[in-house]
Amino acid sequence: MQIPAPFEYVRASSVDNALALLDRHGPESRVVAGGHSLLPMMKLRLARPDWLIDINDLFELDYLLVDTVPNNGRVLRIGAMTRHTTLLESDDIKRLFPIVIDAERVIADPIVRNRGTIGGSLCQADPAEDLSTVCHVLEGVAVVRGPAGERMLSMAEFHRGPYETAVAQNELLIEVRVPIRDDSGSAYEKVERRIGDWAVAAAGASVTLAADGTISHVAVGLTAVGLDRNVTEVEAVLVGQAPTEQLFVEAGRLTSLACDPLADQRGPVDYKRHLADELTRRVLRAACRRAAASISDITI
Amino acid sequence: MTILEDRPSNPAAGDHDRPIGHGRMQRKEDPRFVRGKGHYVDDIVLPGMLHGAILRAPVAHARLVSIDTTEALAHPKVLAVITGTDLQALGLAWAPTLSMDVQAVLVTDKVRFQGQEVAFVVAEDRYAARDALELIQVEYDVLPPVVDARKAMDPSAPIIRDDLAGRTDNHIFDWEAGDKAETDAVFASADVVVKQEIVYPRVHPAPMETCGAVADFDPIDGRLTLYETTQAPHAHRTLFAMVSGIPEHKIRVVSPDIGGGFGNKVGIYPGYILAVVGSIVTGKPVKWVEDRSENLMSTSFARDYIMQGEIAATKDGKILALRTNVLADHGAFNATAQPTKYPAGFFHIFTGSYDLAAAHCTVTGVYTNKAPGGVAYACSFRVTEAVYLVERMVDILARKLDMDPAELRLKNFIKKEQFPYANKTGWEYDSGDYEPTMRLSMKMAGYDELRREQKEKRERGELMGIGISFFTETVGAGPRKDMDILGLGMADGAELRIHPTGKAVVRISVQSQGQGHETTFAQIVAEEIGIPPEDIDVVHGDTDQTPFGLGTYGSRSTPVSGAAVALVARKVREKARFIAAAMLETRPEDLEWEKGRWFVKGDPSVGKTIAEIAMGAHGTIALPEGIDGNLDAEVTYDPPNLTFPFGAYICVVDVDPGTGHVKVRRFIAVDDCGTRINPMIIEGQIHGGLTDGVGMALMEIIEFDDEGNCLGGSFMDYLLPTAMEVPDWETGFTVTPSPHHPIGAKGVGESATVGSPPAVVNAVVDALAPFGVVHMDMPCTPARVWEAMQGRTRPPV
Ligand SMILES: Cc1cc2nc3c(=O)[nH]c(=O)nc-3n(C[C@H](O)[C@H](O)[C@H](O)COP(=O)(O)OP(=O)(O)OC[C@H]3O[C@@H](n4cnc5c(N)ncnc54)[C@H](O)[C@@H]3O)c2cc1C
Repeated sequence: MQIPAPFEYVRASSVDNALALLDRHGPESRVVAGGHSLLPMMKLRLARPDWLIDINDLFELDYLLVDTVPNNGRVLRIGAMTRHTTLLESDDIKRLFPIVIDAERVIADPIVRNRGTIGGSLCQADPAEDLSTVCHVLEGVAVVRGPAGERMLSMAEFHRGPYETAVAQNELLIEVRVPIRDDSGSAYEKVERRIGDWAVAAAGASVTLAADGTISHVAVGLTAVGLDRNVTEVEAVLVGQAPTEQLFVEAGRLTSLACDPLADQRGPVDYKRHLADELTRRVLRAACRRAAASISDITI
Repeated sequence: MTILEDRPSNPAAGDHDRPIGHGRMQRKEDPRFVRGKGHYVDDIVLPGMLHGAILRAPVAHARLVSIDTTEALAHPKVLAVITGTDLQALGLAWAPTLSMDVQAVLVTDKVRFQGQEVAFVVAEDRYAARDALELIQVEYDVLPPVVDARKAMDPSAPIIRDDLAGRTDNHIFDWEAGDKAETDAVFASADVVVKQEIVYPRVHPAPMETCGAVADFDPIDGRLTLYETTQAPHAHRTLFAMVSGIPEHKIRVVSPDIGGGFGNKVGIYPGYILAVVGSIVTGKPVKWVEDRSENLMSTSFARDYIMQGEIAATKDGKILALRTNVLADHGAFNATAQPTKYPAGFFHIFTGSYDLAAAHCTVTGVYTNKAPGGVAYACSFRVTEAVYLVERMVDILARKLDMDPAELRLKNFIKKEQFPYANKTGWEYDSGDYEPTMRLSMKMAGYDELRREQKEKRERGELMGIGISFFTETVGAGPRKDMDILGLGMADGAELRIHPTGKAVVRISVQSQGQGHETTFAQIVAEEIGIPPEDIDVVHGDTDQTPFGLGTYGSRSTPVSGAAVALVARKVREKARFIAAAMLETRPEDLEWEKGRWFVKGDPSVGKTIAEIAMGAHGTIALPEGIDGNLDAEVTYDPPNLTFPFGAYICVVDVDPGTGHVKVRRFIAVDDCGTRINPMIIEGQIHGGLTDGVGMALMEIIEFDDEGNCLGGSFMDYLLPTAMEVPDWETGFTVTPSPHHPIGAKGVGESATVGSPPAVVNAVVDALAPFGVVHMDMPCTPARVWEAMQGRTRPPV
């Protein structure tokens, strides 16, 4: 049994209540969602909040719905307390964003996925965390609420770097909005040393095809290789082109140059660069295949 | 009175495929485990019990400058803080290890590995004890550590064990086996010689239950009751008596349900001693249970052998000789648990399953600034390292000769008629018949078909590998003339008592950590005296309740205690014959045995069952001279030799050429553990061991950085395999009974852990053959496999 430092515990009853508690208990208070990132750190005494504010009763943040919102158009709205398992089992997600399914299948194990939330994942912003990359690639928008009301942040604004987000101590991430694009496909692939291990490296891609079969929109993101943003370098190369193996090879090459991995027990730098390249090619291939399939779906 | 039994006679000829005593029955212990009613050390709660926690060193090598416990003692829930200085006053600062060395219980002079025990806090609850650790102020003067075993003997290396008088280096021992001159001569004239450095990195047994103890010292009558996670309760009691001065009859060691041992729970850890000291100091029971990081960082590791292997053969593939020099990293204290004469355990079985003209090995043990231990993780006393070495070398030779590795093995096996076989390093293999086992595994695998598939795949650029390992183990330590631990002979006792109603209790000296003793040993008795296993209670793990013996490790329970149990049951059966004769008013020699009953020769309807005889024994009939009024017996079994289980394993892997990821697609395991008692339990042991083997081959390693920081201190860093990494195991068996074991059984607990790592690594190396890879060291992680594909294989340490 690993024992955390002493802390006080309170259960929030609503979003407003949680915000009030964060305000009242100040900088040394933290919300706990699934607890699968925070509690291990507390047990190792790397995190030592004085107050733990449990937001697991905020069922109002556990939802998935397809909606049309002003300025964003058609979106999938994902409540911050939505569990990994819910994402994995959703038919809407399977249809609209297969990248999420690909990623969720390799995030931890069923026990972790039953509790861990998308909000906790994004707010933890672990460099090897998978859903951040997925949300970057899907160009999601984070809805953050604080004492001063709600703000909408692009992933680039939200995600500031390893373990760092734009969410202030007295704010909560409420929702992630993912724009729905027609004629699109997406994919994610990860290399891990063992099922349930964090990524050695991973890549995600989302592709939209034009009527003539060329790529009209694309985003590529990487996990665990020192890049907290999409690989914008490849977009110019891919957009307007017909998807070919040659193109993917070039995209892979650019991706491996764009990343900045560190050597660790999971592998040396050149291996991780190689993976960035290899996995980028694989996810682009899969995303284009899925996009093409979604077009033929519509024409049927 | 315990008597020393005569050598057992050869097992009666008969059908040894037939499992013993109801065969594949469900485990008697499982109802409590599957219902969550197991009772482990941490479940023990005694009135007034306090809780201990250990402050551990944050660095690997440092002089202890000062410890200030004032603030911790001021914590309202803290009752005591014990330091090395306090222990020194009691003469308990150092304790003997199982290898004639000493280990610091708490640091007095110098920290020698990260995670070493520095102070012990006793508090009202576990939380307070843990919190108070942060209130102890310790000043360290950090010293350069010795991390790389290869540099431990450099003249410039810091001396780790300056506590030992006259120490001028980090050398522990040199040991050798076999004939060097003879071996060198064979090598000199051989057609083909191949060399390879083979590293078996440090791994950890990581049992599901970490180590812990509850010590209850009664100051009035001076009795110590110690509940402990131990695989060897009797040996621990004797050692505690020797170290603490508490007389042995006043010590009771209880090992309740144990959540996995794998050798991790053989030694005596400082935490156990500290719980005892804590109880003596406070006059209350003290519980100490380590957390996962403590278990991984401070308790007994396994392996850590750097082996230079060489194999000699003729051009046409007759293997002639093997030799190896091994550098063994033993950590900061030599705390490995080995029979005294064998500082490298049974490593000299590295000649494997082959008929060699010569063999020689040397092993040099060194100190480093790492956690001590060294024999753990289901290794049969270093047979794991030995099997890995020979089975890799044979594969490397096969590559060199461009021979199929199965064919090379078949060509070189010791032949059936050569058994008992004296190998070149001093073993006498009791029995074996290797070829049918090998052939069965090849048949189950569809070996030729697999090779065909591999050929096709290679043409398409796909990487598929087939790996073979054929292992011979030496288990069941051991004959008292050769083997002891700290002077205690490696025998085991058994007591059998048949109650008047014909139900029985058998008390054994070995302790189960999951192996199914409560079932297997009941089945042995059931077979011998013919009452159902359900009617036989197996008592183990409590020194007040069981006869003396050395415990469960090295796959020795069935070879040693299993023999004791069979013999004690036979003794009871013989005694029953005399009592039955008295009851039937006939002569014992006129009676004949059928399972469960003595009857009059020629008149089967006249006889007495064991239950009737038990009642008779305790009843009023006149008993023959020399027969006392019970149906009980005791034996202590001194094994005449070890037993030599063997097996043929075939592993099929697919490697992703783009990522280096290895997928174990199939694993075929054909084991020969002699007579099979409960095939389901055997399969369970094999499934577990194979999973261990896949884990070691693909992911497990305890690494250290240059400062000696342990990089494997949590399950995020120390990876254990899950059901997802392993295929459906395909198991098979052959039966070659041990000629000297009363029922022909050989032990199987570690076979699969010993035999499987080379099969997996051989498969990975085979898959990488198109890249010219001849060898790669474990663990075969995606990164390391990819590096091997780039021609950059590197040792893991
Ligand atoms: C064994 C294991 C393996 C794992 N493997 C992977 C993996 O391979 N890939 C992967 O991506 N993840 C992995 N994870 C992490 C897992 O996905 C976690 O669930 C996730 O990182 C955090 O989600 P949570 O709900 O548990 O967050 P918590 O641990 O409860 O919280 C994490 C942080 O976010 C903050 N927080 C939580 N919710 C909010 C909110 N709504 N607003 C503001 N702040 C908030 C908390 O205060 C805390 O600082 C693994 C975890 C474990 C235990």
